[in-house]
Amino acid sequence: MSGDTRGEISLRVNEVTYRLDVDHRRTLLDALREGIGHTGPKKGCDHGQCGACTVLADGRRVVSCLMLAVAAEGAEITTIEGLAGHGELSPLQKAFVRLDGFQCGFCTPGQICSAAGMLTEHAAGWPSAVTADVSPDRPAPELDAAEVRERMSGNLCRCGAYPSIVRAVLETAAREDVGR
Amino acid sequence: MNAFLAEPPAGAVGVPRPRIEGAAKVTGGARYAADEPMPNLAFGCVVTATVSRGRVRDIDISAVLSMPGVLGVIDHRNAPRLDPRAGGMFFGPDGGLLLLQGDVIPYAGRPVALVVAETPEQARAAAEALPVTYDEEPHDTDFSAGHPAARPASALFGPDADVGDLDAELAASAVVVDERYRTPEEHCSAMEPHSATAWWEGDRLQAVDSNQGPFDVVRVLATLFSLDLERVRVRAEHVGGGFGSKGLCGPQLILAVMAATRFGRPVRVTLTRAQVFLTTSMRPPTDQRIRIGADADGRLRAIHHQAAFALSPLADYIELCTELTKTLYAARAIRTRLTTVPIDTVPPYSMRGPGATPGSFALESAMDELAERLGIDPLELRLRNEPAVGPVSGLPFSSRNLVACLREGARRFGWDTRDHRPRTRREGRLLVGTGMAAVSFSAGAFPSSASITAETDGTFTVAIGAADIGTGARTALTAVAADALGVGVERIRIRIADSDLGPAWNAGGSRGTTSWSWAISEAAAKLRDRMRGPARPVTATADTTRMLDDLLTKERHSYSAVFAEVAVDPATGEVRVRRLLGMFAVGRVVNPLTARSQVVGGMIGGLSMALHEEGVRDPVSGRQVNADFAGYHIAAHADVPEIEADFVPDHEPGIPMGIKGAGEIGNVGTAAAIANAVWHATGRRQRTLPIRLDRVVEERPLE
Repeated sequence: MSGDTRGEISLRVNEVTYRLDVDHRRTLLDALREGIGHTGPKKGCDHGQCGACTVLADGRRVVSCLMLAVAAEGAEITTIEGLAGHGELSPLQKAFVRLDGFQCGFCTPGQICSAAGMLTEHAAGWPSAVTADVSPDRPAPELDAAEVRERMSGNLCRCGAYPSIVRAVLETAAREDVGR
Repeated sequence: MNAFLAEPPAGAVGVPRPRIEGAAKVTGGARYAADEPMPNLAFGCVVTATVSRGRVRDIDISAVLSMPGVLGVIDHRNAPRLDPRAGGMFFGPDGGLLLLQGDVIPYAGRPVALVVAETPEQARAAAEALPVTYDEEPHDTDFSAGHPAARPASALFGPDADVGDLDAELAASAVVVDERYRTPEEHCSAMEPHSATAWWEGDRLQAVDSNQGPFDVVRVLATLFSLDLERVRVRAEHVGGGFGSKGLCGPQLILAVMAATRFGRPVRVTLTRAQVFLTTSMRPPTDQRIRIGADADGRLRAIHHQAAFALSPLADYIELCTELTKTLYAARAIRTRLTTVPIDTVPPYSMRGPGATPGSFALESAMDELAERLGIDPLELRLRNEPAVGPVSGLPFSSRNLVACLREGARRFGWDTRDHRPRTRREGRLLVGTGMAAVSFSAGAFPSSASITAETDGTFTVAIGAADIGTGARTALTAVAADALGVGVERIRIRIADSDLGPAWNAGGSRGTTSWSWAISEAAAKLRDRMRGPARPVTATADTTRMLDDLLTKERHSYSAVFAEVAVDPATGEVRVRRLLGMFAVGRVVNPLTARSQVVGGMIGGLSMALHEEGVRDPVSGRQVNADFAGYHIAAHADVPEIEADFVPDHEPGIPMGIKGAGEIGNVGTAAAIANAVWHATGRRQRTLPIRLDRVVEERPLE
């Protein structure tokens, strides 16, 4: 193995730029956790199968365990630590607390980041596997429980908080619609 | 019993309240074992055996010592000697704990080395490069009840039942069901992989760890490493689920302590997801036969339950599949036989609702089959066999609210309109059916200690060695303490999850809240007495060890009734659960918000067991072949419908605050309810879990 396995990169996380000397094998997840101390994103499987490490890259959901840190240069990364603005919980975070959308809490940062990205995807008109009409001129699919369940299925929860998570997401989505 | 316990006080208990640590958990601020920042931290990566039985021939450490960042390798040749007397609370010395003590490989997935390096990447690269060779020996991972090595299981949790003349009652029965039910290896699969960080502070060993009870872990760890209890401190502030798999002193902690000792700096060992499957305990497979005989009117004459489960020769364990059979129904004769089969797999241990869950699948499936053959409503069959006293023990029930669960659940579910004949509901290409199950789960308490300090500012600090693995323990115990002290919850500060807080029962056995609340109630009573004096701060401590004997004079159980509706596509074999409803009698509900989450989560675990979960072993290598979340599917969002769960009024008279326990009962009856619904939809019995596509698909689905 060549000795040249490290390099300096620049990561933009929650609107702060970090210069990091990283092992080229380092995943974005490990760069966030070990490099800059953002331990909100969790390593549940390290295989992209559980979703606990979900963060937003330029507003879109990624499983940060499957992205190399060096490949994240130039992207705006948002982690769970960046979702609460000015010390106040986001509406999604508040709904998770009030409706008990978690138990052990380990999958929660991934669930919430995933839900935030999913709401953006839905607002942009993206269909899912359960969307009935996927024709080009379709109306935006209504965000019902089946849509939320389908779109959130990349985020596993062993405590079984799913029904409360779905309620929290739907309630947040309804409020945002009212706000528009 | 203290007089003040007779009337449950009005106050914080019974009020729905979001979790105290909620904000920390939704912002990423809650620190789990792998999240604690630590200066000078080194990382250990575990290397596990790839053969199911044999010996390590060689581990070529020299091949990796010069790799970047590698600090060293610990294996059986240089590991510290561990005390073989160490073991868990019930089952005595546990060979599963004795890691790196010799060259013998007892199962695939057994740790054979720990590679320690400066970074996780370096440790992992070296661990993957480490050459390990084996002298392989023939293994046996093929479990069945008829295995020649089958032997009676330990009777630690009570003897087999032998009531009445079984053969005569079966012979006199109008109808006899005689069927075999099987459940596979199942894995707890907590989302947080086991992680521990260990270091020395002077001559005191410190660790943060993922576990269900830090004090018990310290007891085991101190024995293993021949240390005085006072020299070991373990904390587990936030734990990402346990479900039984973190009830023991885990391999991550034992190996982290070895490495911290060897390298003189903090070492973190986090298992990979594959290692969580291969190296931490699982629910053993079970193979059960049930014979039930009844009169034509549905009164049970006889129940014969023979249950076998797999075991590792390394450690004893009891999968008490016969628990419900001994208490759920009245019958003139009840016989249970629990046997175990030692095979070469990872030592099994408790998984949410141990014993009761696979046992319930067998018993409640058989009851449904009996109802079918008698032509009786399955709900009515349960109601007709309600016992007045414990049918095997002869003891009175402290409180028994199964009937209330059955009736209220049936009312809400709309059971009375059900056509009990199978395969009568059709919606397009789908077959629709409903099913139900009755459930009990043993309740009680184990010794715990707690201390409460009345501070100078009028607040109270409650300290107890409890663990919150997602149960909401902090929030529940705050409410309990507030009521016990007669103050508002805002004046309570709770400290948990630290072995220095004293002996306490684990978050396990559905006895966490019960056991801890008891200790807190006693400490509060003492403190109120002491607070008559002027001294502040003033502290009172209580230990319940000598207060629990009365529990054994009665049968104490939580109860539930579970109802399920499924839609089956006979052309693909796909089963979708459309509705799931559970009514629960779990004593006084401390926090209805979090308790509902807990029982709903349990029902989802049961759904997952019914339809998805199966640890699959390759018969040639003996290894588990699906040790990840792609191969071992646990229920995801899209598998789970809206679930209704509620509580009937219930109160446990023998336990402070009237609490029973809600942690596991949600799991227990769900698999049988779903299997019974699949029969009702299709007309075909599902006696082997999970209810896979290939077990449901029909060649001519439309006929």
